Amino acid sequence: MKPAPFEYHAPTTVAETVGLLHQYGDAAKVLAGGQSLMPLLNFRLARPAGLVDINRVEGLDYLRQEDGWLVIGALVRQRTAELSSLVAEACPLLAEALPFVGHFQIRNRGTIVGSLAHADPAAELGAIALVLGAELRIEGPREGRFVPADQFFVSYLTTALTPDELLVEARFPTARHRTGYAFVEFARRHGDFALVGVAAVVSCDGAGRCADARLAFTGVGPVPVLFTDKEGILRGEPIEPQAMNALAERAAASLDAESDVHASAEYRRELAGVLAEQALRAAAARSGRGG
Amino acid sequence: MCWLSRPSGPRPRAPGEVAEVVAKLKIQLTINGQNYSGEVEPRRTLADFLRQDLDLTGTHLGCEHGVCGACTVLLDGVAVRSCLLLAVQANGCKVETVEGLAGPNGKLHPIQAAFHKHHALQCGFCTPGLLMSIVDLLKTRPDIRDEHEIREALAGNLCRCTGYSGIVAAVLEVAAQLRQERAP
Repeated sequence: MKPAPFEYHAPTTVAETVGLLHQYGDAAKVLAGGQSLMPLLNFRLARPAGLVDINRVEGLDYLRQEDGWLVIGALVRQRTAELSSLVAEACPLLAEALPFVGHFQIRNRGTIVGSLAHADPAAELGAIALVLGAELRIEGPREGRFVPADQFFVSYLTTALTPDELLVEARFPTARHRTGYAFVEFARRHGDFALVGVAAVVSCDGAGRCADARLAFTGVGPVPVLFTDKEGILRGEPIEPQAMNALAERAAASLDAESDVHASAEYRRELAGVLAEQALRAAAARSGRGG
Repeated sequence: MCWLSRPSGPRPRAPGEVAEVVAKLKIQLTINGQNYSGEVEPRRTLADFLRQDLDLTGTHLGCEHGVCGACTVLLDGVAVRSCLLLAVQANGCKVETVEGLAGPNGKLHPIQAAFHKHHALQCGFCTPGLLMSIVDLLKTRPDIRDEHEIREALAGNLCRCTGYSGIVAAVLEVAAQLRQERAP
């Protein structure tokens, strides 16, 4: 199918973009990489009155490290970040997850920030933002603001953004000392949305004990889900397979997965537990590296 | 509330009501080294602009939502889905399509020649997209030599005839050729 008619705007500044969004109320959509929005337009699942294409906005394609953050502007393509040595070094978890996002042709166009703003709960990047404690910089008609990832995802395809706001930047904390990161997922075909994906962060204290462990899941609810080791199942303990298994099982049991055509809730929970253990083991093995 | 379920647009159209006319926009772009200009509705995809307005029907359209890869072209040197790009977005850009692969004398591009040699196509519907994807792949990953990696990289181009064996063999051969050319 073909998109329904819309008015097209290609602003060149953030202020102009926000002005247009404000004018349209909730009747416009922002077009960045378009790899999620264009299919919705082609199928007429979305019929916005206006399309605000930000690809000509100047100065949004920056990728830099500053004060412990990897800062990514709204027009940085996923493929650019995937091939960047800065990203590989500063944020290895993001670099590990990016090749799982769609196919390389999709990543040539799709943006990191756009994926976060679209907020598909099966998307890899939401879990990465959540598990790392990323911050999102938003510009709108009011004063700009930062929203932490754990307050950004509201529901299915719904975020803390109001219709007249633009997500201009995502900031990911850079890799920490004695901390290991891992991302694993299971998809029926490479490049498809995964049934379940798991990101893990494990810090150790130098004596081989776990200082902190965090997990984030995709595909198990309307938003990416964060699980922190509040009960100290692994934290404070020697990093050993048994404790990692216990943490993975506890995390999986806490999930409120839903059944759909691809998998039952029970299957998703089971898979989440298996993948969580894999991710924890990989992250733990890497946490010793800096030691 | 999720924006998708929200009624969008100024008002819903009644059944049979003609869509409002949106002004056409002038665009100018380079395709396979030649300058083209045209006037398009903003909703015109690049794929439709190529096929319907310019008669460049080498680029094929399958799923129209980015899954099958048949419509893959190069935009400023990188492989993208032309069904997920508006023609107006390509304004001022350099586009390469399958029509530009062979030399002016009709000499096949090395990847086309390898496809021919290894029977990497049957019906040919997916071929233009695969060829353009492989051009990008060998540019960004000139070291690629692992069959599994090639299959994974080409997972974004669906072929329902060949089973991919011939396609993978063709990529392996061209990759080896390129390595040899680069070797001192």
